[in-house]
Amino acid sequence: MDYQVNKKGFYGEFGGAYIPEAMYPNIEELQSRYLDIMQSESFKKEFNELLRDYVGRPSPLYYARRLSERYGAKIYLKREDLNHTGSHKINNTIGQILIARQLGKTRIIAETGAGQHGVATATVCALMGIKCVVYMGALDVARQAPNVLRMKMLGAEVIPVESGNKTLKDATNGAMRDWINNPVDTHYIVGSVIGPHPYPDLVARLQSVISEEIRWQLKSHEGREEPDYVIACVGGGSNAAGAFYHFLDSPKVRLIGTEAAGLGADTPETAATLATGRPGVLHSCRSMLMQNEDGQITEPYSISAGLDYPGIGPMHANLFKTGRAEYMSITDQDALDAAFRLSLLEGIIPALESAHAFAVLEKRKFNPEDIVVVNVSGRGDKDMQTYIDVMKKGNE
Amino acid sequence: MNRIDQLFRNKKENVLSIYFTAGHPTLNSTVEIIKTLAQEGVDMIEIGIPFSDPVADGPVIQRSSQTALDNGMSLKLLFEQLRYIRKEVSIPLVLMGYLNPVLQYGVDAFCKKCAEIGIDGAILPDLPLDIFQEEYKTSFEQQGIHLIFLATPQTSDVRYRELDCQSGGFLYMVAASSITGAKTGFEEYQQKYFERIKDLNLSLPRVIGFGISTKDTFEHACRYANGAIIGSAFVNALEQEGSLKEKIQNYIRSIRS
Repeated sequence: MDYQVNKKGFYGEFGGAYIPEAMYPNIEELQSRYLDIMQSESFKKEFNELLRDYVGRPSPLYYARRLSERYGAKIYLKREDLNHTGSHKINNTIGQILIARQLGKTRIIAETGAGQHGVATATVCALMGIKCVVYMGALDVARQAPNVLRMKMLGAEVIPVESGNKTLKDATNGAMRDWINNPVDTHYIVGSVIGPHPYPDLVARLQSVISEEIRWQLKSHEGREEPDYVIACVGGGSNAAGAFYHFLDSPKVRLIGTEAAGLGADTPETAATLATGRPGVLHSCRSMLMQNEDGQITEPYSISAGLDYPGIGPMHANLFKTGRAEYMSITDQDALDAAFRLSLLEGIIPALESAHAFAVLEKRKFNPEDIVVVNVSGRGDKDMQTYIDVMKKGNE
Repeated sequence: MNRIDQLFRNKKENVLSIYFTAGHPTLNSTVEIIKTLAQEGVDMIEIGIPFSDPVADGPVIQRSSQTALDNGMSLKLLFEQLRYIRKEVSIPLVLMGYLNPVLQYGVDAFCKKCAEIGIDGAILPDLPLDIFQEEYKTSFEQQGIHLIFLATPQTSDVRYRELDCQSGGFLYMVAASSITGAKTGFEEYQQKYFERIKDLNLSLPRVIGFGISTKDTFEHACRYANGAIIGSAFVNALEQEGSLKEKIQNYIRSIRS
């Protein structure tokens, strides 16, 4: 089976470009040019050099001895948290800023939830000397204050979005409205494998460096390229898309994505899209969506701002539907427990998003010879306030 | 014959179309707004189906949509409210909204319901031409419902001609490179754009919308097209003090005086 996007921009029944006519010229241009640009020698050379010298790639594939002992399997961590700016998001923004420059764009916009994509975008804009505007839900502006300040220090303008739940969905609405208002000079750096075609494919390709590296790194550790499990958290799903990408056609590699269940996938306070959603169209693509009977989008909830989104990338909706990947719902509490466990056992404080992936280790039984790769999509610096609050509560 | 086609056959200029959001300002104001607009001589009405995430709309219609949803409006309820509307008015009625509520209702069921009630067309800004043609065109055509396409200042001549061939009833000319919302006047690039499109000699009637708010902007737009659409400015007027009827009368008379 083919798990990649088809010529019309669909993954099975999901994907497409459900765009207002105002976005047509930009999307049409991107659709017709992204592959040529990305496959050109000059792009590849510059992209790879920046990933190596600026981002610090390859990111290590680290054998986690104490985690392995605890869970009775060979557990490796893919250290995207060690990238410049602290998460996998920079892989995508480096690629897109080069594409934007090739398209002659002079202004960049982006949406951000936890602020990681916003920081990664502000960073590459500073690097290239291009104007940067980041839309961020007002609630996220409040709960991710350090990242807001980082973006500002990097020269970006941060616009708080006051509509809806004031989180990632609303930030995306804000960015799309900006693009409609600024159709000529602006490129929209979408931060995940969501949005109209070609974004899900474009972002997945840029993030695929994660699984490309896992293959050769695992070969040198274990003498084989393919692990038994790859585990990654999923909001829109870009780190998971990158971690799964080069294993999609290797059916023996079991792929597990973790959605944010919030207070529980059976409660209204959740962001577990696949567990609770139905197919629909939001933000210009057809995918699984949290919505009511009337087709109104339900406000999601998660402790983690980066997973607090009522949709999911169309690639994941298709992997879910075809059964190629498995998706588990992880609650706030399970994610917090996993974050503290990883800190104590391995000396790695993960982002709250990434902690959702580690919660799987508690819930699954592995064989001692199983090789399990967990993607550490980001580091926990931005979440220290949440962790501090949890520790305070624990002491009371 | 579809009422939209009839309208443009009989009236080639100064067609006034008004948009409002169903369920705003109150849940049950839909029918009274339609009746009053028709009494005031408005030529066509666009009834907005509220959506939680109206990405192509500015602050006014974002707000009216949210109010409508908070009031309890849904597509199902809107169809209920409109059940006997053809006993009240005879001007063309168009439903305007985002694709997802229509998808969840079912596109076939939506078209059938429109035909049953006497709705003449639909505007769904996030349903693009290619997907419409492949998946939904038959449903609309079988029920005689026009699907009206939008075109913008960035739309190329070639694309304009394609939309002209595929749009039903009329072509919705978006006046500005922007989301919806009232503005004070037209800029030079808009002027040039209006002239460029006028010179294309398209086959469908054209109606200009986005940024039309006053008698001046309405008349200005009508020099380049068969008519114009007012949305945000009217929605805004409905939020002022006074009875619904007075607010509607005062606003329409200020445009048509």
